[in-house]
Amino acid sequence: MATEIDAKDIHYRDLNRLLRAKIEEGEREFLLRNINGQRYIAAGVSEKVRLEIYGTPGLDLGAFMRGPEIIVHGNTQDGTGNTMDEGKIVVHGMAGDVLGYAMRGGKIHVYSDVGYRVGIHMKAYMDKVPVIVIGGKAGDFLGEYMAGGIIILLGMFSRYPERPIAGIYLGTGMHGGTIYVRGQVSETQLGLGLKPHKLTEEDEALLRKHLSEYCEDFNLDLEEIMKEPFIKIEPYTHRPYGKLYAY
Amino acid sequence: MGEKKTTKKKKVPQWASFFPDFIIERDPEKCINCRICVKECSYGAHIWNAKKKELSEDHTKCVGCHRCEAMCPTRAIVIRRNPSEFREHAVWTPWFIKNVYKQADQGGVLLTSTGCAVPFRNYFDHLVLDACQVTNPPIDPLREPMELRTYLGPKPDALEVEIKDGRFRLKEPLPRQIKLEVPIMFAAMSYGAISLHVHQGLARAARDLGTLYNTGEGGLHASLYEYGSNTIVQCASGRFGLHVDYLNAGVAIEIKIGQGAKPGIGGHLPGEKVTEEISKTRMIPVGADAISPAPHHDIYSIEDLRGLIFALKEATEYKKLVFVKIAAVHNVAAIASGIVRAGADVVVIDGLKGGTGAAPTMFRDYIGIPIELAVAAVDQRLREEGIRNRASLVASGGIRSSADVIKLIALGADAVYIGTPALIACGCTMCQHCFTGKCPWGIATNNPELIKRLPPEVAYEKIYNLVHGWAHEMKEMLGAMGLNSIESLRANRDKLRAVGLTETEMKILGVKHAGE
Amino acid sequence: MEFLRGLSKDISGCGLSGVIHRKGELIPGEIIIKSICCQEERGNGLGAGFAAYGIYPDLADYYALHVMADHRKALEDVEELLAHRTYITHEEPIPTRRTPGIEDPPLFKRYFVKPKYEGEARELCADTEDEDDYMVSLVMEINTKIDGAYVISSGKNMGAFKGVGFPHQIAEFFRIEEYKAYIWTAHNRFPTNTPGWWGGAHPFTILDWSIVHNGEISSYGTNRRYLEMFGYHCTLLTDTEVVAYLLDLLIRRHRLPVEVACLALAPPFWEEIDRMPEEERELCTAVRAVYGGAMLNGPFAILFAYNGGLVGLNDRVKLRPLVAAEKGDLVYMASEEAAIRAICPDPDRVWAPKAGEPVIVELEPGVIPNQRSYLRGQGKRTEASVCRYPG
Repeated sequence: MATEIDAKDIHYRDLNRLLRAKIEEGEREFLLRNINGQRYIAAGVSEKVRLEIYGTPGLDLGAFMRGPEIIVHGNTQDGTGNTMDEGKIVVHGMAGDVLGYAMRGGKIHVYSDVGYRVGIHMKAYMDKVPVIVIGGKAGDFLGEYMAGGIIILLGMFSRYPERPIAGIYLGTGMHGGTIYVRGQVSETQLGLGLKPHKLTEEDEALLRKHLSEYCEDFNLDLEEIMKEPFIKIEPYTHRPYGKLYAY
Repeated sequence: MGEKKTTKKKKVPQWASFFPDFIIERDPEKCINCRICVKECSYGAHIWNAKKKELSEDHTKCVGCHRCEAMCPTRAIVIRRNPSEFREHAVWTPWFIKNVYKQADQGGVLLTSTGCAVPFRNYFDHLVLDACQVTNPPIDPLREPMELRTYLGPKPDALEVEIKDGRFRLKEPLPRQIKLEVPIMFAAMSYGAISLHVHQGLARAARDLGTLYNTGEGGLHASLYEYGSNTIVQCASGRFGLHVDYLNAGVAIEIKIGQGAKPGIGGHLPGEKVTEEISKTRMIPVGADAISPAPHHDIYSIEDLRGLIFALKEATEYKKLVFVKIAAVHNVAAIASGIVRAGADVVVIDGLKGGTGAAPTMFRDYIGIPIELAVAAVDQRLREEGIRNRASLVASGGIRSSADVIKLIALGADAVYIGTPALIACGCTMCQHCFTGKCPWGIATNNPELIKRLPPEVAYEKIYNLVHGWAHEMKEMLGAMGLNSIESLRANRDKLRAVGLTETEMKILGVKHAGE
Repeated sequence: MEFLRGLSKDISGCGLSGVIHRKGELIPGEIIIKSICCQEERGNGLGAGFAAYGIYPDLADYYALHVMADHRKALEDVEELLAHRTYITHEEPIPTRRTPGIEDPPLFKRYFVKPKYEGEARELCADTEDEDDYMVSLVMEINTKIDGAYVISSGKNMGAFKGVGFPHQIAEFFRIEEYKAYIWTAHNRFPTNTPGWWGGAHPFTILDWSIVHNGEISSYGTNRRYLEMFGYHCTLLTDTEVVAYLLDLLIRRHRLPVEVACLALAPPFWEEIDRMPEEERELCTAVRAVYGGAMLNGPFAILFAYNGGLVGLNDRVKLRPLVAAEKGDLVYMASEEAAIRAICPDPDRVWAPKAGEPVIVELEPGVIPNQRSYLRGQGKRTEASVCRYPG
């Protein structure tokens, strides 16, 4: 039985204090109702807890967290999963800007669109490989400075029929990691020096693995998603700025 | 002044030759008598005695260009300041003593090259830039767009927009503009003053950088017509090589009224520099002096300037922008205002520190005002009169780095010209003897043997690299200030602070002191 | 130092909220208070403010001057000047109440005026657009020449209320809940370098333009010197002031459609412009070349309003947040979605506007007195980064 909290008019500091106290008591499942704008929910929490959130959580949802699983029934604001370490965030709506900034592990699944600078400076190290899957479309600077990890962009469940699947400066400054895009992107959208590539068999397998989990989260048909070919964007060098300086 | 009665005695001592500026040190241990130094020194400072089979030096001929030192295969040569010292005197420094000797020996006007060498306050070095911390983010130009593009030309105060087929359209096209991808252009340096190879290098670099170079007043060599869309042709008082094809060759015509290194005087290319190729380009006989008068003899007043501006516009069917270049002098703000009102599309201000191939030393060092103050005053004046949009403002004279460029733009310039840095990029060592035409580095010469030392492709690469590096630095500085486009820096004096300037100086520059 | 006047600027980061009823129905003040207070975290108690449109229906033909004064003498000087330069039909203190936490507030008074022209000018200018220019110079004169007095707003049938405090305090002080408006904007301020000064709070206004802003305008120095060429003087020590004057200059005086004005404030990158079809490219190039001094550089989200519309605009790389939503005839814009949901839990549509793409909402034609419309395009059909709402 999940612990239910009505968060109406509760300040984020009180809410997080309550959450931490309950976790300390051994509670592992939470249902948060009437969330509206509370920042830093579950920030820095290291236990493997599960939170279901109804409403619109505020900035920096799950920042620095190492372990929790957060399911949001609604949209999230900017900074979701900021520098997160482990765990999972599932958003049954849209997400704001700078989703998954400097994320070093765990997963973020967003059903619909995301804002600007998503996955900026994600990084991978040893067995930690962060993954972001976006069902809708993304704003400019997706995967900027990306140093590791995986971003998968589907463009299927968007609220913006008029917008391209991704904005401009896609992967600009990328020096690690991989971005998979369902369909095509124009080369003019890509950051300097980047090119779209075809997928290998390993890529296909990897995509299937991550997307099956995504499909489970949102009750979607994997084959429908895989019908359309993907392209992949990878850094052309791990040292894009080697020739920058004069000594 | 009466005629001098020449002394009949055979030997008049030459004081200046007793005290050379430099001495050539040759390490006999390292020297292998290969005589490369003799070949490299166009001034004859290295002497080979064929009989004795030994090398010697004439220190008096050394100009301190360091060519021999650089070319010596065994690094046996070092050029040093002559350590011989005069008795210390705060007023009568060796510079003044030696200048008097030179004039006593030769009775002439002191001649030199490059820009002002007097250590007047260098305002660039008293201005510091801002950077973002917390309240707004610095922008990383490596990954985010950072724009240096600049349009030169007159702009209306307002645009008129209409709706055509459901879309917004301009009612009237914009007056003719020149697009610069980087707001650094190459200043007028004539073919004659510098080698054809440097001109070729400048032209190519301008094309590949998306900017402009300026022919100077020596006409346009046939090989350079292909770079027309990156060329400014100059119309100076001597009108050398100036014909209608030349006027139509570039995208702009610059009327040169004056030059920062020598305001108020013309130019003089000595006959010995007028070679076959130069003669063709300048359209004067080989060996004839090329003299540019001090004024344009069709401009004795501001309304005459308007006359020439429109004569040029008519002759080129209004397809070219007309630049007017003046030296920064005391009343520069009012003069610039007059130039804008006379119909110039771009006003160029060349400051005290601007360089030259040849100028009287007194002019180079003591006439004109620093560009930083001049730009600040001109920009402010044009704004007060509400005519700043009517013309673009280009600044030059004494720029040494990308930070200097940034500071001039923050003070109000639209773009800058650089001359000296481009030549230093080609290997110039600032020996300040361009006027001799013997440049051992093959830059300020047209001696067919010497120019081989600097092939056009080398000149191109070095100049291109320099501006490429500066452009990147400018983007970094803009990014640090939280700006992603150069127009948001233009005249943005908030981004500057003064260190160690007086109230008056800060008032003219329109900047606050650091800490305020 | 006189020559450096206006060179200082204050920097701040903040929260915004705005709402408009497209049919011109009045929205009670509590709504906007609730929305801005939801974003309390975005401010630090050093500034808040509100702009309200449609609050003086009985005096809708008069310019409503909201004047803030440091002392009685300043008010007297303003009154003397107004007596010479305007016809005052009504004047009164702006109602306030004692509010805990608000100490030593300045004096607030409002005057409902019309320009007083001399001689021949009277026939030529009365009831023409020139009245607006007249009022702009009058406001500049009061702000620059009368020590301790500032015009906080000067439009018809609208007003700005602002000061040092948290939004709930400023709302209480100015009795915001007693007003009803068809457009509201509100601001919660987080100044990092405040003079703790009431004039520095948002909104900033000129005529009926009002602006609330989140971010820092790094191009302030350029914008300020550009505006000076056209007779605008920045006196309020805050970067946002330039935006109000830029809107007045570009839209009212230069008659640019609001979409094109937004294009000038947050233009596309040259790279994007280079890829546009020719005529589009010419327009964008001309806008950037001519209005380079008006471009707002640095992170910003702004909401601006006028007698007839509400516009939201982001900087061209979207460094500050902006969310929009609609429900029936109401359209909301705010820094955070939560601020909208606080007053509209179940909107028909929520969306995040693109960088540099304005969300422009105008009232339906003819629903309010002195209604202005600056929307002259069909929107969206231009491929430049301007788009009009509704799409």
